[in-house]
Amino acid sequence: MKKSLFVGALAATSLVAGIAQAQTLQAVKDRGELNCGVSTGLAGFSAPDANGVWQGFDVAKCRAVAAAVLDDPMAVNFVPTTGQTRFSALASGEVDMLARNSTWTFTRDIDLRLTFVGTNYYDGQGFMVNRELGVSSATELDGATVCIQTGTTTELNLADYFRANGMSYEPVPIETNAEAQQQYLAGACDVYTTDVSGLAATRASFENPGDHVILPEVISKEPLGPVVRDGDKEWEGIVRWTLFALIAAEELGITSANVSELAQGTDSPEINRLLGSEGDLGAMLGLDSEWAVRAISAAGNYGEIFSATIGDQTPIGLARGLNAQWTQGGLMYAPPFR
Amino acid sequence: MSNIESHTIAYVRDTMIPEQDPPITESGAIKWLRDNLFSGWLNTVLTLLSLLVIWWAIAAIGPWLWNTVWNAGSLRECREALGGTSGACFAVINDRWHQLMFGFYPPRLYWRPVLAFVLLFVALSPILFTNLPRKLLYFSAAYPFIAYHLLWGGSIWLPIGAALGFVAGIVAFAIVRKINGLAAIFAAVIAPVFWWLFLAGPFDATMSSILPLGLEFVRSDRFGGFLISLVIGVTGISLSLPLGILLALGRQSDMVFVKSVCVIFIEFIRGVPLITLLFTASLLLNYFLPPGTSFDLILRVIIMVTLFAAAYMAEVIRGGLAALPRGQYEAADALGLDYWKAQRLIIMPQALKISIPGIVNTFIGLFKDTTLVVFIGLLDPIGLSNAIRADTDWQGIYWELFIFIGALFFVFCFGISRYSMYLERKLKTDHR
Repeated sequence: MKKSLFVGALAATSLVAGIAQAQTLQAVKDRGELNCGVSTGLAGFSAPDANGVWQGFDVAKCRAVAAAVLDDPMAVNFVPTTGQTRFSALASGEVDMLARNSTWTFTRDIDLRLTFVGTNYYDGQGFMVNRELGVSSATELDGATVCIQTGTTTELNLADYFRANGMSYEPVPIETNAEAQQQYLAGACDVYTTDVSGLAATRASFENPGDHVILPEVISKEPLGPVVRDGDKEWEGIVRWTLFALIAAEELGITSANVSELAQGTDSPEINRLLGSEGDLGAMLGLDSEWAVRAISAAGNYGEIFSATIGDQTPIGLARGLNAQWTQGGLMYAPPFR
Repeated sequence: MSNIESHTIAYVRDTMIPEQDPPITESGAIKWLRDNLFSGWLNTVLTLLSLLVIWWAIAAIGPWLWNTVWNAGSLRECREALGGTSGACFAVINDRWHQLMFGFYPPRLYWRPVLAFVLLFVALSPILFTNLPRKLLYFSAAYPFIAYHLLWGGSIWLPIGAALGFVAGIVAFAIVRKINGLAAIFAAVIAPVFWWLFLAGPFDATMSSILPLGLEFVRSDRFGGFLISLVIGVTGISLSLPLGILLALGRQSDMVFVKSVCVIFIEFIRGVPLITLLFTASLLLNYFLPPGTSFDLILRVIIMVTLFAAAYMAEVIRGGLAALPRGQYEAADALGLDYWKAQRLIIMPQALKISIPGIVNTFIGLFKDTTLVVFIGLLDPIGLSNAIRADTDWQGIYWELFIFIGALFFVFCFGISRYSMYLERKLKTDHR
């Protein structure tokens, strides 16, 4: 009851704010800087390095948009947001877009009056257990103690899953991922459950990662994607098609290394349209024709960003899985640039 | 008779026995141990238990601290250096020291917050220690403007313009006081407000165009780490005391309007958790302000924290006021002092003296409460510890960051606490 009231109030206020601030593109250009809401720190997705420069998968998305709009991937003002402040910060206009691993759900899309422009990472909730337990499937977890972050969708998914399988569990409520690591390593719980990407990142930080196993069951769908305010079609289009440009670039074999060469013109009409040597897609977005070239040059195409921030070669070590191109058996599918 | 005595007593000592050391059980360390640690079976058992606990704690933490790795680029390197033994990895502090201190403040400008920090002590010293030259107080009065300029930079005429507002107030007060006392107070309030609203802007603009002086501007979102804690804490502490005094006086006032405003304010603020006020500052205010206004988040937070602390401070000081005997007020009246003179010369010195422990309590609480800003996404030390942990180099590090942050907060809070004890001793508040 309390929650729905809060959500309703938020929706009403964001409606007002949305009307008041329709011209995001112009505002960003005038400011010369993109205000991008990111997480206050999530391994591989967004974190400041030792020099205070933000790095990560979500951060790269912000940089691509800044490059497309402002011709400068560094012209981004990263606004750290927490799980509680993220949607209000967006609705009130404090940030122009969110790239903060937020799950695309019905209520957030419709009731909160936000627009999820697409999915840049398909995640799902999984389980991690100590190898010594000898558990090989989540269905063997009956009676386990489970470390779980309170107030998240993971908590509800867990309850649903255990009830559907007729199992019982004992929750150990924890507040942050760091706390969960400590509790799990100290043996306060048998199982740690959160998004699989988070589990992988957590396991990578352990002293002996090999002692822990992530179970094959994924019990929820967590499509994570950038979010913008409702009611600004122009800006929504820019953020959405920048994401699609990065995905399409990987499919078409455009990388940060060869993008400037390909931009001169190729035999492929699709590449030419995307990179602006043919047609006027950029103008339709309210940008110039080189917008996609700049977006791809910023941090590379989707595959390059993935492998540089969270992929196999990084300590996080995530496999592409669902996030491979559709041609490789994944779900990454950009609509045609036409 | 004496003969008999000389026969019955075999030996009479005729020299003094030289002084001897007390028995070994009645002196030195052993006596102390017997008196304080082993004075009975219960105390003996408790002593042994305590020793056991201390030994257990040292055995658990000691090697971990002893094996500390100070130089490493990541947690992996730390673990390699340790080679499987248990040990702390304080290399993270070494690596991220500047970030924990200054956040994202531009590194080449680090001298500015450092200078502001050093000058803070210069400005505080004449307030804290009465035996220093009183002329230093002028510097203390100028310090807020100097510190603002050092930290944020921008045009130098902005803080000067703000300071001139206070000058305008003092001048107005001095002029009007010759005519009417009450009107002088109103003039002292209205003149600075008028200056800030209508004249400070043009003053800044004209002076900047004539003589563009100033340091490089640094945006608030570059602030982080202990810099943010100190900025919020010090501003909150120094503003909440005067505000709290005014609120406490207002609550005791006979004027119905002033009294009810103060009571409503205090009770409202005290009835609401600080975190709610912070969320209001960071989220709700944005909806109410016209779109496009960027009202600095740190400023919003400082205002909220100050108001919060002021409400508590008001009640602490009201306690001090209530403890004063009625006769003190009557004596002040009998001397013919007006309200403000009575407060300044008789009531407040005593009331504040009584309230010192409570005031310091509120100060320390306020300083530690600054870590709550982590919930609205400001990267204070706690927030930065999360961000540092999110870097793949340092993911999995936990205690070292908290130990460091805890130690720094302890230094400040312990310092405040020791000073307050010194002050209490000096003022002898307990009338012993």
